[in-house]
Amino acid sequence: MKKFFAQAYLWLLLLLLYAPLVFIAIFSFTESKVLGNWTGFSTRLYANLFTGNMQGSSSLLAAVQNTLLIALAAAILSTLLGTVAAVGIHNLRGRSKQAVTFVNNIPMINPDVITGVSLFLLFVFLHFSQGFLTVILAHVTFGTPYVVLSVLPKLSQMNPNIYEAALDLGATPSQALRKVLIPQLKPGMISGFILAFTMSLDDFAVTFFTRGTIGLDTLSTFIYTDARKGGLTPELRPLMTLIFLLILVLLAVINLRQEKLKQLHKA
Amino acid sequence: MADDHIIDLRHVSKRFGDKTILDDINLYIRKGEFVTLLGPSGCGKTTTLRLISGFLAPDEGEILLDGKDISAIPPYKRPFNTVFQRYALFPHLDVYDNIAFGLKLQKVPQDEIEKRVKRVLKLVSMSDYEDRDVESLSGGQQQRVAIARALVNQPKILLLDEPLAALDLKMRKDMQIELKEMHKKLGITFIYVTHDQEEALTLSDTIVVMNEGKIQQIGTPIDIYNEPVNCFVADFIGESNILKGRMIRDRRVAFLKHEFDCVDEGFGEDVPVDVVVRPEDIYFTTDPAKCQFTATVKSCTFKGVHYEMFVDTDKGYELMIQDYDPYPVGSEVMLYIDPDDIQVMHKERTRNVFDGKMVDETHVEIMDGVFECLPQEGIAAGDPVRAVIRFEDVDLLDNQEDGVVAGEVHFLLYKGDHYHLTILTDEGYHIWVDTNDIWDKGDLVGVNIAPKDIKLEKRDEA
Repeated sequence: MKKFFAQAYLWLLLLLLYAPLVFIAIFSFTESKVLGNWTGFSTRLYANLFTGNMQGSSSLLAAVQNTLLIALAAAILSTLLGTVAAVGIHNLRGRSKQAVTFVNNIPMINPDVITGVSLFLLFVFLHFSQGFLTVILAHVTFGTPYVVLSVLPKLSQMNPNIYEAALDLGATPSQALRKVLIPQLKPGMISGFILAFTMSLDDFAVTFFTRGTIGLDTLSTFIYTDARKGGLTPELRPLMTLIFLLILVLLAVINLRQEKLKQLHKA
Repeated sequence: MADDHIIDLRHVSKRFGDKTILDDINLYIRKGEFVTLLGPSGCGKTTTLRLISGFLAPDEGEILLDGKDISAIPPYKRPFNTVFQRYALFPHLDVYDNIAFGLKLQKVPQDEIEKRVKRVLKLVSMSDYEDRDVESLSGGQQQRVAIARALVNQPKILLLDEPLAALDLKMRKDMQIELKEMHKKLGITFIYVTHDQEEALTLSDTIVVMNEGKIQQIGTPIDIYNEPVNCFVADFIGESNILKGRMIRDRRVAFLKHEFDCVDEGFGEDVPVDVVVRPEDIYFTTDPAKCQFTATVKSCTFKGVHYEMFVDTDKGYELMIQDYDPYPVGSEVMLYIDPDDIQVMHKERTRNVFDGKMVDETHVEIMDGVFECLPQEGIAAGDPVRAVIRFEDVDLLDNQEDGVVAGEVHFLLYKGDHYHLTILTDEGYHIWVDTNDIWDKGDLVGVNIAPKDIKLEKRDEA
């Protein structure tokens, strides 16, 4: 009996959590403009999404494109910066190491609104014209700490002698970096990259304050404006469903990979 | 410089911050030799190896390879290869790619690489392991791969940094034999770092014993074992009885409050010395004519091949004896020592000597502390002085705060009837103490000296 309630509770929770997503997914298969009206099964919205044949379509597709571009650029920059920073932090000792680690954590706990507003003020103060570049820079500021945090453990797991071993075998410092150090850090860099990428995809507040007035929209700011204009563009429903499925598949792949690695390790 | 030297270290010093790690090291290594740098942790042996491999640069002095200074050559251009402690294999590469790493960098042709990798794998008895993931190998197998990875580049010198430390005893013994055979077969120079004296004795042509950044003794394993030059070497290599003694004249030495014939000459007459007798060199006898002194057996422990016994001698000294036959605890035994087996050493020091300064008539500043002393004629406040303190006159206190200066027990030696301690003070001075109290290495102590025990001499300030 006890077990039954525990099970029921779990399912109820899952239902509440996923109901909105399921709701949107169901209504992505009907043409109705107003969310919640079922006007019969149709894949028109999906077709519209891919052919671009819809009202306001260009700005939605542009927003998707911007989002991906910004996320990609910010994640790449964060990965480079964060990896180098992690190597530096790893080689620090004692107090300075603690201090730098602490400073590294601040952008992650700091509320997005504050990060956004302060960056906005900074760019204004520097007379930096806001747009694509400022959004990317802003996303790098909160993406980098995640990369640092995912690379650091790889560094401490690494045998400290392997860099020297590479030099000893005749590798120049840059060859040792490419052939030994980076392959060792790669798993950490990849998970850091993924984190920075999703953080950037997800961001609204920071983007909102740093995108300037040139009409640059990412998906999140587009939806925000779109919703305020009265009613969501219907094609957002299939788009969100697709994004959700994509993330689900990605997560499954990552988990499976980790499981496999663990088993390999045990063997 | 002789032609057969491959490496010469000349007046090499190395400091980290204000800590001196190596202090004026002079050492040469001959081509094809198996040289072991032996010493306790922190003695500077690994630093010496890292200077040779090029991961560190000396603060002073020079390192020569075949007579040419190599200070400016980075590690990746030196013709040496290292076997690291804990192997340092590349986990993302398999056995073959680990070994081929150096050859690929040198752009050796593919078929040549394959041939050479196969050859070294055979040398370390790891054929058929090419495709294995290095992390799936046992410690001993990883060690073999690490050795193969170094040897495949045909280095002029193979450097080994405690390569067997992580292996269990049985494996270590097997690897020792294999390393020795590899050295014989390849004919290249091996420089081996270890803190394991037995390993050093087993493997080396030459042993370099180091302590506190200085070379204590260089010699063959037999020399080092049979003729240690000082108490540190005698104590570090094997078991030993180290005793205070007095050279009466050539070939005659007194210790244990008895006189013995020995083979040492040239110490002078009536000179204080240290005497080393190995526990296996004290013999039991039933012949009163042979007996040199008697003792009571205090304990007897079976050690496999031999029994280890502690005895109290007739004059109150404690000795360790190893013999194939056990003697019952409490029994009176007759003992003798062959003249050949008595190793007489110069005393490194006979008393503590410090340069200091008078604070006022009854206080002297030495070791950065102010000690009370007796007023002495002709010595006034401000005078530079030399203070002499006998080992047995230094008082050690449990609480660091109770002493004039604070320090820790740095090294200790049992000398049959008392302990000889080296105290390292917080300010970095060494003070030597003879005591009957039992202290452990690392104990924190306060140091005090009674005013009457400080002997002062006036000193000319240069």
